[in-house]
Amino acid sequence: MQLVLFVIFGLLAVVAALNLLLQRHPINSALSLVVVMMSLAVLYWSLGAEFLAAAQVIVYSGAIMVLFVFTIMLLNAGEEEPTTGSRAASIVGFPGAAAIFCLLSFVFLSERKALGATTLGGELNTAGSNLAAISSLLFTKLLLPFEVTSVLILVAILGAVVLARKEQ
Amino acid sequence: MSHLTAFQTFLLLNILKIAVVLVITLTAVAYTVLLERKVLGHIQNRWGPSRVGPFGLLQPLADGIKLFLKEDLTPLAAQGPLFILAPIIALGCSLVSIAVVPFGAFHAVTLNGVSVDLFNVANVNIGLLVILGITSIGVYGIALSGWSSNNKFALLGSLRASSQMVSYELALGLSLVGVVLRAQSLSLRDIVNSQAAHGILSWNVFGGLQFVGFFIYLIAAYAETNRCPFDLPEAESELVAGYHTEYSSMKFAMFFMAEYANMITVSCVATLLFFGGPASPLGHLLPDNFGGPVLSAIFPILWFVAKVFSFLLLYIWVRGTLPRFRYDQLMAFGWKVLLPVAMVNIIVTSLVLALRG
Repeated sequence: MQLVLFVIFGLLAVVAALNLLLQRHPINSALSLVVVMMSLAVLYWSLGAEFLAAAQVIVYSGAIMVLFVFTIMLLNAGEEEPTTGSRAASIVGFPGAAAIFCLLSFVFLSERKALGATTLGGELNTAGSNLAAISSLLFTKLLLPFEVTSVLILVAILGAVVLARKEQ
Repeated sequence: MSHLTAFQTFLLLNILKIAVVLVITLTAVAYTVLLERKVLGHIQNRWGPSRVGPFGLLQPLADGIKLFLKEDLTPLAAQGPLFILAPIIALGCSLVSIAVVPFGAFHAVTLNGVSVDLFNVANVNIGLLVILGITSIGVYGIALSGWSSNNKFALLGSLRASSQMVSYELALGLSLVGVVLRAQSLSLRDIVNSQAAHGILSWNVFGGLQFVGFFIYLIAAYAETNRCPFDLPEAESELVAGYHTEYSSMKFAMFFMAEYANMITVSCVATLLFFGGPASPLGHLLPDNFGGPVLSAIFPILWFVAKVFSFLLLYIWVRGTLPRFRYDQLMAFGWKVLLPVAMVNIIVTSLVLALRG
């Protein structure tokens, strides 16, 4: 069951990511990104991380991507015009991407023990809640990174307010 | 049944449950429309629909046939696939969230070695977050409909609707935190069970002292479903019909059904979170197996339906009596009043829980 879900939604995520690159209109690309995020959420869920899946849907596809779509709608951005592109990108692009892919898969495969094997979530209906575990971890062990991240977001909001404020 | 594997039995039982719940929900949607037209009629001193069938009871059928037979127009300048996708997203999202709602007392049925909860399509242990997530996806239906119609009224309507929904989602989510703190779980079944001890006295809105959270939820939910007094996206005096201006026939009907299905979902959530869900207001005054096994399984459903029905009546009553907000008032109210009050509610609730525990 878990393998079937992985194959379906992993494929969907890859296809949507390719579609994101190939589409010419920005709104189609943004919607493909939403599909990628939703399929990632299903993958998280199938691994037993329900809270992470719900957070992914609510925060990424629900809040952030809505703002993206909103901006594209407001700016009324048209189709992008094809250019010849930079020569550096066309020469280095594919080998570079292949190198990053190889490097990442090497690290993941060699450090598999340290990263910890993912365990199957079991039946969705009977899996225990991992909400309490996540929250106690967030507010004890990971308190500093958690707070620093919130301050970082606050700084970004302040920056947006400063940029958007009219000159006196 | 014995030649089916456990997985096949599980699949069949669940498809059956989904089909039954879906049919009941769609019928409820159709009759909520009739209820609204009838009640609004009586509020405005007229009869409402009364010609089709006894008391106008077959009016939803006539409406459905009319919408089905109308010509399906697509504007020349519309963005083809997105124009069709938008109503599907809107209706789909509004119907999916009913799946996590427990509408009766826990009643496991074991068949062929597979145990299935009879009165709940999917008992997910983050049910509340699932509902919030699906609601936030539903914004796309409205945002895309306005943009893909290529019509300035539709675009303005959808911009209004999506910014309103995004803003009020915050207050909506925060108003529920108090309830989650009390139940210590995001599972809707657990939240209902946490209110079942002493009947009406232990409901979150009374005994749980979550009435502030309840009123914030109620107001934010009205904005979230784009209903009066926050129905600015469809303000007909300014925007023709808002985001569904260019839609006709069944595509319009899908938006219409989505709005009423959302109303029903919101009423279900209000019932579950603040009014004890399917729990009886009498608590354990009556014996738990009152009326035999069948009746004692049906009574909770009746309580649930009665509570949801009164929320729907409240929706219609509000629409019949309150005027529409102005857009800047709506935004200021959401960000400057509802959000801070919801935060204060969370702080007070958690302080009380911490001091008590």
